[in-house]
Amino acid sequence: MATFTVNGESRSFDGDPGTPLLWYLRDEAGLTGTKYGCGQGVCGACTIHLDGVAVRSCVTTVEMADGKVLTTIEGLHPEGDHPVQKAWRELSVPQCGFCQAGQIMQAVSLLSANQAPSDDEIAQEMSGNLCRCGCYQRIHAAVRLAAGGV
Amino acid sequence: MLHYLKKEAEKAERKAAPAFIENVSRRGFVGGALAASGLVLAVRIPGASAREKLTPYPTGGADMPHGYGSASDPNVFVSIKPDGSVTILAHRAEMGTGVRTSLPMVVADEMEADWSRVSIAQAVGDEPLYGNQDTDGSRSMRHYIQPMRECGAAMRQMLEQAAAAKWGIDVSRVRAKAHKVVQLDDAGNETGETLGFGDLAEAAMALPVPARETLLFKTPDEFTYMRKGETKITDLHDITTGKAIYGADIRLPGMKYAVMIRPAVLGEKLKSFDGAAALKVPGVEAVHEIEGFHEAPRKFAPLGGVAVVANSTFAALQGREALSVEWEPSADHAGYNTDAFFEEMSETSKKPGKVIRDQGDVDTAFANAKAVFSEEYRCQHLNQAAMEPLVAVARVADGKCEVWAPVQSPYGAREDLAKALDLPIEDVTVHMTLLGGGFGRKSKWDFMVEAALISRKIGGAPVLLQWTREDDMHHSFYHTVSVERIEMAFDDAGKVTGFRHRSVAPSIVSTFAPDSGYQFNIEYGMGFVNTPYEIANVRCENGQAFAHTRIGWLRSVSNIPRAFAVQSAVAEAAHQLGRDHKEFLLELIGSDRILDVKALGYPEDFWHYGDPYESFPVDTARLKHVINLATEKAGWGQELPKGQGLGLAAHLSWHNYVATVVHVDVKEDGTITVPHAVTAMDCGFYVNPERIRSQVEGAAVMGMSHGLYSGITFKNGAVEQSNFYDYEIARMSNFPKVVDVLLVDPQPGRNAAGVGEPGLPPFAPALANAVFSATGKRLRTMPMGEKVA
Repeated sequence: MATFTVNGESRSFDGDPGTPLLWYLRDEAGLTGTKYGCGQGVCGACTIHLDGVAVRSCVTTVEMADGKVLTTIEGLHPEGDHPVQKAWRELSVPQCGFCQAGQIMQAVSLLSANQAPSDDEIAQEMSGNLCRCGCYQRIHAAVRLAAGGV
Repeated sequence: MLHYLKKEAEKAERKAAPAFIENVSRRGFVGGALAASGLVLAVRIPGASAREKLTPYPTGGADMPHGYGSASDPNVFVSIKPDGSVTILAHRAEMGTGVRTSLPMVVADEMEADWSRVSIAQAVGDEPLYGNQDTDGSRSMRHYIQPMRECGAAMRQMLEQAAAAKWGIDVSRVRAKAHKVVQLDDAGNETGETLGFGDLAEAAMALPVPARETLLFKTPDEFTYMRKGETKITDLHDITTGKAIYGADIRLPGMKYAVMIRPAVLGEKLKSFDGAAALKVPGVEAVHEIEGFHEAPRKFAPLGGVAVVANSTFAALQGREALSVEWEPSADHAGYNTDAFFEEMSETSKKPGKVIRDQGDVDTAFANAKAVFSEEYRCQHLNQAAMEPLVAVARVADGKCEVWAPVQSPYGAREDLAKALDLPIEDVTVHMTLLGGGFGRKSKWDFMVEAALISRKIGGAPVLLQWTREDDMHHSFYHTVSVERIEMAFDDAGKVTGFRHRSVAPSIVSTFAPDSGYQFNIEYGMGFVNTPYEIANVRCENGQAFAHTRIGWLRSVSNIPRAFAVQSAVAEAAHQLGRDHKEFLLELIGSDRILDVKALGYPEDFWHYGDPYESFPVDTARLKHVINLATEKAGWGQELPKGQGLGLAAHLSWHNYVATVVHVDVKEDGTITVPHAVTAMDCGFYVNPERIRSQVEGAAVMGMSHGLYSGITFKNGAVEQSNFYDYEIARMSNFPKVVDVLLVDPQPGRNAAGVGEPGLPPFAPALANAVFSATGKRLRTMPMGEKVA
């Protein structure tokens, strides 16, 4: 039995402890904002926070989350008004939008560790999050914009 | 695309003569500039708002299955509640282009609705009602701007009539404005009396819809939302908060989760399987064979295989791991190796092929040439690889089928689901979720049919069929593999006197009809027979190549290899002649003129993106203009530090004139980086410049992906790549840092072109040309690799 906090709520899971958090969140907890993109930790679509730090939930198991605090896109801010979310909207970043929850979670994690990242640091820190529509220019600009307000 | 291919398949079934898709007699060829179409007369309404009559111009939308349906009918697309809230239907698929915002915005603007009081509802797949919904071919705006403006104008006029009736005054004394109708005095000034849309809704909706010829439209200076670029996409808040619903986000009571195993090689059939171990995995509830369709042409039929059904996706995945499956080998395709195939295609490209376009006397031009250029350009297979892998939720119970999916072609899917399940089409419903990218793959609904077959096998419970990323890489409908050979003959003065283009590539048509090894007029129309250069002797030949995988379309389709080949070759020829690339390219395009495509030897069945030529005549001045714009902005001709260079490419597709200049900076270790790119675009009439820019920015990233990184290869019939670690796409560690988009202001008579695809083709050749400028290395195979050796 693994117990953890998801978006401020205590939860436990007594299924297979090797279940990736991605599938726990989507299929058990009903939190579908976290997306499946690759299952191998190479696209970043499933990025969530474990104790405030970005992890790929497709390769992080329920067991690894035992006793920890999980935050998903749904729990980032009650009204969805985290400065990173606002910056995303301000600059109309998304196209199809599918990767954006992961991008936003990665950006929040980056900015909480480094409040004034350089352009290169943004690019490096965000390079694990793929976007097939190709919103990179705007993602980069939105992280920079949010850096002023985080 | 789909529509034409279906017709192609039907034709093949009838064993008809090789006629082509369009009704050629309907297509006139125009010579005069702007004589074509568009705005004809503007009528000012005294005392009321400036409105104009518009003469409709024909598009291919009318020839699509079910044509425009009732797309102009506000009773179908608009509803207004007594509180004034307005709902507008979006009937096309939203895959990131912004169409779910842009088309309803056209309706809202034309009807004078306040966008903040408009909500969008997504239509189900019902083409007889809504008009064609096949969302590909950069067609949504191109075909639906007119009907949506008509829909909005009709709604506005109904509201105005209702207000006039209520006030007992003539309709010339009222005017819809910002979600209400205002009363005017005899001089045309507002009296201060108003009626809100909500107050008028019931009376307005009860009125007959005004006839098309009585409609008056807003003039561009009256637009509130169109062309402003200030309207956020309707799903923006939901996307940034995780609330947006994509295919896998549908949740139904009692829903099961399934994955499938499918044959790795086209033509392999399930021989036997043992599901005992899979059934022991906790959570796994059932294992079933799903029948495939094994006769060519396969169209979009499921490949067949084994489905594992469970109470969670993870259990289903584990169950699949535990399956033992044996396949009967494929007789026709197990020998498919792309390395060897390239060599075969290359040999074919060196010999004469089937002549598709013949103008002048190419043989004499080459025989008399002072010098000759000849090179071949190769493109690997590509996978659409949308970030959202294929997924569908289906429930087949009580003689009815309901499917939820991220699908580009909901009605085509519905028709095929009805056929596959032997149900009347009325008993099949297809709901469109948001698409996490499409790029052509989600036009093919094999995954939806699979989900429905699984639901039926398990007795009707709803089931979510999830394709893994590996499934998506291994079982796509791939962008074709190609060799394009470009040859030019030069005279003493270095003028191009002959141009020969040989194209060798398995055809999309092989997915729909018996494979002749030859391409068809749609592929010929994408930058092959219609290279718009002023050269006296031109021949386009197609060499045979047979398909050994399912060939489909990917954003911009055959324009990818054609732009790569022609735009690289022009730069190479300029270099060979010691000429400036831009000047040489402009010289090749030649005089300002509207192309008379008949005189140029275009084939009788020339495909002009499915549209009548006279509505979108090719104007060389527009192509030259975007080249001048892009090169000027990029500082063409400037001296750059060692290792840096500019590259240019210009390509016309979907009636959209696009020029791109890429600035390359090759790092010391050979890594190709792009600090800056400029794209100039003339797409005619447009409504949402902000989303056009986002499409062009994205096309630059995708162009870099295809140019440097992405390639699908086959070995012994199977795809060698599995996931994003070996099918790479551009990451933020190396992407076009700054992309300037220059959008040409719409001119009267220049109708709305496609936008979703045309930004992509010029990027990769511009990149290759820039790498050459920077390093002197010429890269002729896509993907070129991230590093220059």
